[in-house]
Amino acid sequence: MKTSVYFGVFGGQYVPETLVPALDELEAAHLASLEDESFNAELNALLRDYSGRPTPLWHARGISESLGDVKVYLKREDLNHTGAHKINNALGQVLLASKMGKRRIIAETGAGQHGVAVATASALFGLECVVYMGEEDIRRQSPNVARMELLGTEVVPVLSGTRTLKDAVNEAIRDWVTNVEDSFYVIGSVMGPHPYPLMVRNFQRIIGVEARAQMLEREGRLPDQVVACVGGGSNAIGIFHAFLDDPVALVGVEAAGRGLETGLHAAAVSGGRPGVLHGSYSYALYDEDGQILPAHSISAGLDYPGVGPEHSMLADSGRATYVSATDDEAVDAFRLTCRLEGIIPALESSHALAYVYRTAASLPSGSIVLVNLSGRGDKDMDTILSVERSVRT
Amino acid sequence: MTRISRAFEDRKALVTYITAGDPDLETTAFLMRLLDECGVDILEVGIPFSDPLADGPVIQRAGQRALQGGTTLKRILDMLKSLKGELKAPLVLMGYMNNIIAYGAEAFARDAAAAGVEGVIVPDLPFHQCDEVAGALRSQGVEFILMVTPNSTDERIKAIADRASGFLYCVSLLGVTGNEEKGSAPLENYIGRLRGFTDLPLAVGFGVSTPERARAAARAADGVIVGSALINRLEPCGADRECLRASATEFIGAFRAAVDSAG
Repeated sequence: MKTSVYFGVFGGQYVPETLVPALDELEAAHLASLEDESFNAELNALLRDYSGRPTPLWHARGISESLGDVKVYLKREDLNHTGAHKINNALGQVLLASKMGKRRIIAETGAGQHGVAVATASALFGLECVVYMGEEDIRRQSPNVARMELLGTEVVPVLSGTRTLKDAVNEAIRDWVTNVEDSFYVIGSVMGPHPYPLMVRNFQRIIGVEARAQMLEREGRLPDQVVACVGGGSNAIGIFHAFLDDPVALVGVEAAGRGLETGLHAAAVSGGRPGVLHGSYSYALYDEDGQILPAHSISAGLDYPGVGPEHSMLADSGRATYVSATDDEAVDAFRLTCRLEGIIPALESSHALAYVYRTAASLPSGSIVLVNLSGRGDKDMDTILSVERSVRT
Repeated sequence: MTRISRAFEDRKALVTYITAGDPDLETTAFLMRLLDECGVDILEVGIPFSDPLADGPVIQRAGQRALQGGTTLKRILDMLKSLKGELKAPLVLMGYMNNIIAYGAEAFARDAAAAGVEGVIVPDLPFHQCDEVAGALRSQGVEFILMVTPNSTDERIKAIADRASGFLYCVSLLGVTGNEEKGSAPLENYIGRLRGFTDLPLAVGFGVSTPERARAAARAADGVIVGSALINRLEPCGADRECLRASATEFIGAFRAAVDSAG
């Protein structure tokens, strides 16, 4: 069975020839697993009993009241095992890897959330795991490095290029090219060459499937707007996908860093153009010569100069809208959510919340907004404290 | 028959790779003349890219130096144009897809042809994605050179061979450029398998790090491609002409002798 390698004109397989047989093997295994009842039963049991799904849908009364006559619901992906939606995909891919007989897992990580999720799944399945992480990210996300090492994963510092997520992806792909016969590359977002954007979306779409059913049960109707942050875009695709055919506005919030006009941002759709990065054709940040530009965001998980190809398709078709929030707006939203709701959100998810705080008051009376709270913010304490220190001094 | 294919006719071909603009484009022009004089059969020149997926540390560093020096594709093509008519060996350009997208595939094909480029290799553009770029190049008379790898299936090798021209770039190992540790699989079997699918000349690249390996590769195939080992040797020289001349002459002498002894 074969499927399209594209989303509209986006996607594809822009990779060295060495990886083509591995991508073919992966595509075949993934498509077969979709119809394999025992695979799905095993994955669903893991998601339920190990990760704690379904995650709750929370009517955020504090946030809603602060905005006037709008109801804000949070999809609590932060309550997953390991603290973010990343575990949905990690469990799916590592289960698939073990079924395919692979003994060695490779992954990249930015904030460390995907790395921790893959390290966790690898420990559970007894597989060797190597995670590539930019030296700069290792410095700013040290608790996650310690977590991965406790879980038995080897964390390899990446010293090439900008020493962040983009370079960690390069190194992970180079490892995969070299060890393709026995290794499985668990990519962390809806990016990379086909079949990754499709497969990761299939593992994340449970977020939207659950949220849609929970919303109908709770409110008897669909939300007016679904909002999610977008780096590579896996949590956003995960929650958007179940609503694609509904009359529901879909809003992806990219990281505007210090402001789109400064050039120091990570907003691939809002501030980039289509190009090839990490194996797929999609919106990306690059200069007039085609060199990929370093992204900037206070949130390591959004600090990536590309975006998944399905988002590029949704942006071009107009089915989803892509906006952005700055570092400062995200930090304000982070603090506000702690106080209003008693929830410490990840800085990534704080970008989605920032958009809601900025715009929801102008929605029609009685509107329902669904926000994907993709992760918890414990990992961001050092970043928030350093912002507070720099404000005081 | 094209000049690129002809380069494999009289003897086993020695193909060298250097990164354009490392550390500056004047040095690249100097090196190309020098390599041509030393008896290199095909000159492959790389476009530096910020995120070179298929390259190991040596070529990554060369690309970084070139980018720090302000090298762009436009300037590379201008430099190559200035050498037109001077070089005996045909010229092959290697570059990643995003540099070509930013330049525009049609414009790239036109300007590369005008600069005397006779073949192009795009390591992140496998054949099932290549129609637009390959078509643009071929309409300008520029060959689109494709890669095969030891894990390519027979079905895929056949399809690649049907679309390839110039020569077939036979990646000798599963890995990135300059991998010395891995060693290559038995080349005779691999090359023998490829011969069943194509009459094109076969050139072995990736991991050809020593004259001994070059000899072994040349014995099995029609030519060898040497990149990382050459750059590694030239790296300490920077832009120093005397150092580059001495190092390149000695290096090419040793690889030339090794390749010739296999013929």
